[in-house]
Amino acid sequence: MSDRIFVCRCEDVTLTEIDHTIARGLATVEEIKRYTGLGTGPCQGKECVALLCRILIDRGVLTPASAQPFTARPPVEPVTFATLAASEDEEDA
Amino acid sequence: MSVPEARSMGSASEPLPDAVDVAIVGAGIMGLALAYHLARRARGLKIAVIERSYLVSGASGRNGGGLRMQWGDAGNVRLMMESIDECKGLAQELGINLWFRQGGYLFLARSEAGEQRLVRNAELHASVGAPTRLLRAAEAQAIVPQLDVADVRLASFNPEDGVVFPWPFVWGYASQAVKHGVALRTHTGVTRVEPSGERYTLHLSTGERLTAGRVVNATGAWSHGINHGLGITLPNRPHRHEILSSEPLKPFLDPLVVDLGSGLYFSQSTRGELVAGITLPDAADGSDTALTLHSSLRFLGHISRTLTRLMPVVARMKVLRQWVGPYDVSPDGDAIVGPSPGHPRVIQLCGFTGHGFMMAPAVGRLLAHWLADGTPHPMLTRWDPSRFVSGRAQRREDMIIG
Repeated sequence: MSDRIFVCRCEDVTLTEIDHTIARGLATVEEIKRYTGLGTGPCQGKECVALLCRILIDRGVLTPASAQPFTARPPVEPVTFATLAASEDEEDA
Repeated sequence: MSVPEARSMGSASEPLPDAVDVAIVGAGIMGLALAYHLARRARGLKIAVIERSYLVSGASGRNGGGLRMQWGDAGNVRLMMESIDECKGLAQELGINLWFRQGGYLFLARSEAGEQRLVRNAELHASVGAPTRLLRAAEAQAIVPQLDVADVRLASFNPEDGVVFPWPFVWGYASQAVKHGVALRTHTGVTRVEPSGERYTLHLSTGERLTAGRVVNATGAWSHGINHGLGITLPNRPHRHEILSSEPLKPFLDPLVVDLGSGLYFSQSTRGELVAGITLPDAADGSDTALTLHSSLRFLGHISRTLTRLMPVVARMKVLRQWVGPYDVSPDGDAIVGPSPGHPRVIQLCGFTGHGFMMAPAVGRLLAHWLADGTPHPMLTRWDPSRFVSGRAQRREDMIIG
């Protein structure tokens, strides 16, 4: 059995990779997303970002006050092109 | 497991010297590719790169990752032949996975004007040795069977064009630049650049100061700020462009497809996602000097209608996320690179009009040679920032997509 611990299950990002990333000097959730791909899969960070923040706080990289999630991107849940094609035009969100 | 070197890709606490030979403002792919090549070319030169935010925060992390030789200007075709050639060895050189895949670019023309552009381009491409070929609608459909080509009059295809995943490029150039002695400081803004004798003083958001013999403005859509403070007047302005990516699927789409009439482009990344953008028809000129970068539902509706008409099979695919990135638009469609009017030691590396990412591998190397050896390269001198002052600017490039 593997002893790998997955932090992001969509993109298979492990705790070891997060520790590597911290060791390379990256210290924010936005940076770690862009270095590892964490949070870019089907759940869009809903499962992994809180866990990542906790790891960064445990490691002393962030404090509870400084921990921020990455920018949330629409849509909230995956939506088909057919549904979006049928949507009404609206003003910019 | 090897233990990586601390702060090997720059950081907010990276020590900066008081004085450097070259200060590069902006750690996007342009600034970092230049820093990497310059550090290799001119050993002993002191170089600092200063980034206002985190790496990959700007347009280098927000673009569609397309690389194409299919341009309307011979200079751009030649440059992109070099850039794509450079990408072939870059994964090994930078020690990263670029997700580089040469599936070609397929342009579709539905109007007579579009057809004429493709014919003109194909002749131009043949004259400089780019392997572009013209295809009938049925031949285009043979490359992408899912396309509805009912009103396609002509298509063009170049098998050497391709796609990459943009993020690793930035990390790769950053870590190699640092390895070659470049000081890379992130999360630090340059609030002002001020001439002081033969040098320049950079005032940083941290309260620090740094002096430099030469300053490179590689801040793209944000470049107006530094230029304005120095009295450098250039006509490039930020425009807002939207893009999306889908859930990942097994490989089904080889080329990046561009529909000339609607400005729709889409490709499947090596990660499996469909990445798609489009020109929004009612965005007057797209100017967004505030750079708010807010996403819109209008974009999702418009691109989904256009895409499902052209490729009905995607109707049941799901969109995972959308975002916005800035184009740094130059009025004649050509980049703005070289010594600034009135400030020859402030070097512009801007104005790439939405297509800088694909050009950066070649441009970073060519500009590094220029700055290290003093010999300007003809591929860059055509982008002289002074052309707007002297009235030499003229529109040469009409293949701006998105």
